[in-house]
Amino acid sequence: MPKMNSIGELNAYRGQLRNSAFPEKTCIAICCDTGCEACGSNYLVEAFNREIERNGLGGAVEVRQTGCLGYCERGIVVVMLPDDICYLSVKPSDVPDIVSETIMGGRLVDRLLYQDEDGNRIARQDEIPFYKRQMRLVFGSNKHMNPRSIDDYIALGGYSALAKALGEMTPELVLAEVKEANLRGRGGGGFPAGVKWETTRNAPGEIKYVIVNADEGDPGAYMDRSLLEGNPHSVLEGLIIGAYAIGAHRGYVYVRQEYPAALESIQVALKHAREYGLLGQNILGSGFDFDVVIHRGAGSFVSGESSALMTAIEGKVGRPRPKYIRTSVSGLWDRPTNLNNVETWATVPLVINRGAGWFKTIGTEGSKGTKIFSLVGKVKNTGLVEVPMGTTLREVIFDIGGGVPGGKAFKGVQTGGPSGGVLPVSLLDLPVDFDALSEAGSMMGSGGMIVMDETNCAVNTARYFLEFLVGESCGKCTPCREGVAQMLAILNRICEGDGLPGDIERLQDISAVVKEASLCALGQSAPNPVLSTIRYFRGEYEAHIYEKQCPAGACKSLIEYYIDPEKCKACMICLRNCPAGAISGGKGQVHTIDQTKCTKCNTCLDVCPSRFGAVTKRSKTAVLV
Amino acid sequence: MVELGTRVVTKREAGPVQITMTINGVEVKASEDMNILEAAREAGIDVPTLCYHKDLTPYGACRLCTVEITKGKRTRLVASCVYPAEEGLIVQTETETITRIRKTILEMMLARAPGVPVLRELGSRYGADSRRFDADHTFCILCGLCVRYCDEIKNAHAIGFVGRGEDLEVSFIPEIAAKECPDCGWECMSVCPTGVIPSNYALAAVPHFSYPKSLIR
Repeated sequence: MPKMNSIGELNAYRGQLRNSAFPEKTCIAICCDTGCEACGSNYLVEAFNREIERNGLGGAVEVRQTGCLGYCERGIVVVMLPDDICYLSVKPSDVPDIVSETIMGGRLVDRLLYQDEDGNRIARQDEIPFYKRQMRLVFGSNKHMNPRSIDDYIALGGYSALAKALGEMTPELVLAEVKEANLRGRGGGGFPAGVKWETTRNAPGEIKYVIVNADEGDPGAYMDRSLLEGNPHSVLEGLIIGAYAIGAHRGYVYVRQEYPAALESIQVALKHAREYGLLGQNILGSGFDFDVVIHRGAGSFVSGESSALMTAIEGKVGRPRPKYIRTSVSGLWDRPTNLNNVETWATVPLVINRGAGWFKTIGTEGSKGTKIFSLVGKVKNTGLVEVPMGTTLREVIFDIGGGVPGGKAFKGVQTGGPSGGVLPVSLLDLPVDFDALSEAGSMMGSGGMIVMDETNCAVNTARYFLEFLVGESCGKCTPCREGVAQMLAILNRICEGDGLPGDIERLQDISAVVKEASLCALGQSAPNPVLSTIRYFRGEYEAHIYEKQCPAGACKSLIEYYIDPEKCKACMICLRNCPAGAISGGKGQVHTIDQTKCTKCNTCLDVCPSRFGAVTKRSKTAVLV
Repeated sequence: MVELGTRVVTKREAGPVQITMTINGVEVKASEDMNILEAAREAGIDVPTLCYHKDLTPYGACRLCTVEITKGKRTRLVASCVYPAEEGLIVQTETETITRIRKTILEMMLARAPGVPVLRELGSRYGADSRRFDADHTFCILCGLCVRYCDEIKNAHAIGFVGRGEDLEVSFIPEIAAKECPDCGWECMSVCPTGVIPSNYALAAVPHFSYPKSLIR
């Protein structure tokens, strides 16, 4: 394909692509995102190709490798188009059946369909509860394209927003549209993107930069990775539109070191976009020049902070710098720089194409549009979920996520990563938007949601996040470096049963200083996991400190495993499976656990046959009583 | 911009613009290229700091110079060494909140570097309890003065930061230090608030770079 020199040529090319795709072929869309790839999706692709070849269906059926299809819990996900039949947990051994039954026979393969609790099977993807309640605007087109094919993206209407911006709108109009839409930054802060764009545009200086922040580092969050892997052109299109509105001619994509597939995906996208004349000099004949450079991170969480990220692009250590003069005025190499998160950029083409008026009909008063959440932890349907802002936690976790597995009780949900907090059962009906989450003591963050059940300890969860932050703080300013480490020391002793009266107040005192005096957002929000758990789970802290008990039974120092001699059948199973060799006994001889050797790995409890139920986990202090 | 005859000069060439701000209720004159800390000092108001040096790029790391500013309706805490002086800014350098912050920061520093005169002096001014936090003596408060002095004044780049988070430390770079430091005569010692530099240098001078740190500490 030669370079396109005008919007007319792009539209003609789109028409040509659409005509050649008609009549519509049967398409097997196979999720090949990192998660499904780990499940072996490349073998599945191979198996489909072979089976189709073997049946002589070569020209009639397309096997498409797509980005993330969202329902990660049931990967590998396969969607048969155009009928939208969704097969879950597909393995290469299922391929012959799918080809012979569904493709050749027009029948469903029942065992691969979604089945609800009453045993009803659901064939269409958009009718499965996990998908049905979502609004997949940014993320929904993944099944219709191979992320490595710019043609797929263009055929779907891709780059039409860019054409509209360049052809019909002045930069000022584009800016006004984004501002009017009240698109807020999806990376954590929720700052209005339009306002930030305007500041950068109006800042003095000829040279300006735009940056995609793909340094997603929150434990449990992977929506930005999946967007870059599954739909890189949407991010790129948004970036070009933003650059046009701001007056930037150079952009950067900062991809974290841990995301090799996302890196490759955006590299291919840039290459294709350049070949098609969508990047470079005089884009689509508009006179607008713009190109993009990829910067690969070196593995540091704090580099996701905007000033640290810019410092890293400059070739220095990624440490935040004071932002009293905003980066939109003085950022990368002290020039006006507009940085937005992957998801924010990917939302821009929607806003331009369908207008601010439409965008504002979705969401809440203060938070418009949809948001992608990565729903993980103790939830039945792990995956990426896109819902309108204002959807309640209950809808996300129970209606879409299917609730907590294994009959356990829901305890809380950690939102916003290490800067966020844990919200309890009582807040399940909280509408999820930027402001509501902040008011509740957590935050939207980049959209991580880690569901906790009754076996997760609130204190230990806070301890986990602080341990993460102690290692990821850059160490520059005193409150964050020393304060968070001192808080962690207190949490460690609480979890080990050495907590002292007054520790809760000590944590609160240090938190206040860390929040007020730290240099960047990492430090300013670092105490949130502790403060939110004290706010909602204070009783658990008190149980650890005063009774030396962990109500959730998660803190290893406070529990022990015990074999009830009345119930033990001396079957040798736990004895053989104990990796620490802590269980003694023999055939016909009741087993006992040597507590000094026990590593609290839970294996004995897992393997003891449920009809015996001889092994129990109990609080250590219960023995003393 | 200011017109001078036929030549057009920028603000900077014409000299920094003079501004007026209020610090602790007193009207203070300052120039626009100053930060709050410098404006306060110029007016004879002492704001404590351990990472600021008049000849070095402000760093904003120790956070002792935190002050409260009011701009319009909004009041917030900022590090005065990196916040630019602004027309009409209202600044408080000593409030209850600020005292609490400084006290806690000094306690954290004293856990690292006990007995250092400047820390003890500031500690007693702000009521710091030197035993509040468990001690972990490194004798370095990571103010970065030596690193910036070596970079910016001496242009030698013989000292740098290594690691991050609680593992962050200042280290001489043996190959460069061996060459540069004797010539300079360890001028960086004059800016170090804790006096840890000689032992830090000795550490780098140990012939085996893999010498276990635990033995030295």
